[in-house]
Amino acid sequence: MATDIIIHDQKDNVGVIVVEKITPKQDCSCWIMENDSTVNIQSVDEIPLGHKIAMTDLKEGDTILKYGHDIGKVVKSIKKGEHVHVHNVKTKKW
Amino acid sequence: MEIPKSFLGFKRENGRAGTRNHVIILPVDDISNACAEAVANNIKGTIALPHSYGRLQFGADLELHFRTMIGTGSNPNVAAVIVIGIEPKWTKRIVDGIAKTGKPVEGFHIERTGDIGTVMKASKKAQEFVMWASEKQREECPISDLWISVKCGESDTTSGLAANPTVGNLMDKLEPLGVHLCFGETSELTGAEKVCATRGATKEASDKFMKTWSSYNDFILKEATDDLSESQPTAGNIAGGLTTIEEKAFGNFQKIGNCKFVDVLEPAEEPKKGKGLYFMDTSSAAAECVTLQAAAGFNIHLFPTGQGNIVGNPIEPVIKLTANPLTVKTMGEHIDCDVSKILSREMNMSQAGDELIKTTLKVANGRLTCAEALGHREFVMTKLYRSA
Repeated sequence: MATDIIIHDQKDNVGVIVVEKITPKQDCSCWIMENDSTVNIQSVDEIPLGHKIAMTDLKEGDTILKYGHDIGKVVKSIKKGEHVHVHNVKTKKW
Repeated sequence: MEIPKSFLGFKRENGRAGTRNHVIILPVDDISNACAEAVANNIKGTIALPHSYGRLQFGADLELHFRTMIGTGSNPNVAAVIVIGIEPKWTKRIVDGIAKTGKPVEGFHIERTGDIGTVMKASKKAQEFVMWASEKQREECPISDLWISVKCGESDTTSGLAANPTVGNLMDKLEPLGVHLCFGETSELTGAEKVCATRGATKEASDKFMKTWSSYNDFILKEATDDLSESQPTAGNIAGGLTTIEEKAFGNFQKIGNCKFVDVLEPAEEPKKGKGLYFMDTSSAAAECVTLQAAAGFNIHLFPTGQGNIVGNPIEPVIKLTANPLTVKTMGEHIDCDVSKILSREMNMSQAGDELIKTTLKVANGRLTCAEALGHREFVMTKLYRSA
């Protein structure tokens, strides 16, 4: 089955684009690897291969989960379907 | 898939098994490289392991040098060893260390003989060793005789998404069968260190990990002009979609699956607590890391890559896997196991893990890796600080 987005863990609130890119308002198929299930999402932004999409609305201070783990904090609110990257997420390390 | 219970390996005097049957010419120091290479050139079927160090080292750095030399000679992938150094004392120390395995080993020193005389004497012994070793046959060995080390390189988002979890899947399947496993890359775990520490099988192992990582981090804070925030993730990582150092670290961390580590090893230290997963304090530079793991006795290596690292090792076969279809297409001669079908969901993680197990056993049984066929023999000693 073709998939546009891979999500590692059921707990994750972001997915990774595995096609060359997705375009705004595209209906995307997401594969949750952990339990081999499928969910769908409509994109807001254009997002390139290897970059992340928000699977849910996220507000400032929220924690981003990938691989089921904390990979950083939201520094600018993000809507479901938007691009998640260095412009709205920062490490908690420094 | 039913996992094979055995492979065809070379049984060694100390009870270990090798996936290869090398006769190596090991220089003690940089200035003995010429001699070692001349012997390897004279006697077919031997390989020289030239390197850059071994003079005026001291303290922990010198201990690591000896541990790497002795460990490399002692690795079960090595049938017999010729050691060549400038001076008798350090040469003998390495010979005596390797001799504890019971394998044939002989040392030669160059002082008072010169290169030509040394090459002649060492070549005669090397010929004897290689002809003896060539009679060795592969025999059935239990799969628990596999000591598997892992390290990733030239990572991109496909590494964390698919290639590293494939290695993790293999670990989850092989660990119950009694294999030894090893991961390293202290620096690359920064961001996931607290979670990694919880994977210690005992409190002692967890504490030892945190102590090792903290000591590395203190060194970074002391030596660096700024923290790692400007270099981790790298500009290339960010362009590829990695946002934070935590994300990069957890991608790396997928390689150990759900396994817990039984102990934390010094660089090149042989595991002593039986089967299971070990963490080794290593650099994240590919050749240095694999050289240390081989010196600790690991006999087969799994190397997931994204953009296509090409590293090999002279004694430990290095198996490359990638999930990046572009790397398979443009650098196929370096890839032993293609798991790029994961990204298109034509292959699930368990199927990918099975494919990697099949490849690992083929290589354990003697199939050359891409890196071996292409002549990659990177032997790189880790140096802790400058020499006297």
